[in-house]
Amino acid sequence: MAKKKKRLTPKQNVIKGLIKENPTFVLILGMCPTLGVTTSLENGLGMGLSVLFVLILTNTIISLIRNIVPSEIRIPVYIVVIALIVTMLEWLLQAYIPSLYASLGIFLPLIVVNCIILGRAEAYASDNTIFDSLFDAIGMGLGFTLGLSTLSFVRELLGTGSVQLLGFTLFEANVAASFLVQPAGAFLTLGLIIGIINTIKADKAKKKKAIMDIKIAAALKKKAEKAAALKAKEELANV
Amino acid sequence: MSDLLTLAFTSFLVQNIILSQFLGICSFLGVSNKRSKALGMGLAVFFVITLSGIVTWLIYYKILEPGGITFMRTIVFILVVAAMVQILEMAIKKFSPLLYGSLGVYLPLITTNCAVLGVALLNIQNNFTLSETVVFSAFTSLGYTAVIIIFSYIREQMLKAPIPEGFKGIPSGLIAASIMALLFKGFVGLI
Repeated sequence: MAKKKKRLTPKQNVIKGLIKENPTFVLILGMCPTLGVTTSLENGLGMGLSVLFVLILTNTIISLIRNIVPSEIRIPVYIVVIALIVTMLEWLLQAYIPSLYASLGIFLPLIVVNCIILGRAEAYASDNTIFDSLFDAIGMGLGFTLGLSTLSFVRELLGTGSVQLLGFTLFEANVAASFLVQPAGAFLTLGLIIGIINTIKADKAKKKKAIMDIKIAAALKKKAEKAAALKAKEELANV
Repeated sequence: MSDLLTLAFTSFLVQNIILSQFLGICSFLGVSNKRSKALGMGLAVFFVITLSGIVTWLIYYKILEPGGITFMRTIVFILVVAAMVQILEMAIKKFSPLLYGSLGVYLPLITTNCAVLGVALLNIQNNFTLSETVVFSAFTSLGYTAVIIIFSYIREQMLKAPIPEGFKGIPSGLIAASIMALLFKGFVGLI
């Protein structure tokens, strides 16, 4: 199989999804659940792990059937596979974690149309091996979980004054800006987080460029000096 | 009748699909940077949501529920939406090439727009009757269209504003959406 890019090791693949191509903060995919369920850390984590579960299964299955499915009908086939897995997940949550099932509400069946899942199926699993697709799914799923838990942590902490996880209180503050747990707060928090990340990235790139510029300048200077020395040598020889 | 009117107002303004239900955010951020794009997408979404809302309601109550297979709704609904989009695309192409020119590009994208599947599922979740479903689907999608068009005007103006480099594009768009969501909260007092 011809590969355009160099094959990543499993570790690199996972880190890629977690940081470099983080679906929430860098690729900006799957925004509906990101904004909709992140009112509390528990919900954010639950949604993230649900997507991780679905993504691992769909990426593996789609990678498995990628050579059997004719390319004209691949998207409908992928959607049916995804819908099946999501329905399975709905049953599982309804049976074992009914509180999470209730709080995720409509966003649980909507995982079917989450851009991350169909996006990874189409962009990655449809022309990579099962092994690679599995680790891609783990990376992307963990990246999504990280994004959701960061956002929900900030919103819950500042919006309600404390963060609860599995019945334990992790943090407690005396002030609460309930605005942040409302819909408007979701947009604001996510906008600020992405903005800050972009600013940091731009700064880093600038610094890198500055260093590169100095290096290039030094190299050019060296080259010029070399040429001058060569010229002087030649002149000396001519004389 | 007044119930339906209240429902129309609620779904259009108070419970706006984008600003308070968070459905269809991807397309909201994706196509709202140009006025013409926003209008095309808004209209396409309006047609698809209204039609698929009605069709999925009929399928749920006439086929799935009598058959005792309501657990299949997610799979069936997504297939219905995909089929609706295909049929609508063919119909518009045949009957109105002019309209197809402006809507055509957006139709395939709508299958994975969570607003469509979301409205279909909400109709069932809220135990709506058929007339309520029609009103809810139509006004919810009109709310989507209105917000996406208003927002495209705001974003066109934002292009001229001196925004810090890191906040250009999506981040500043999200912050503007936050202010808009606050404004829409003011409509709660209307009912």
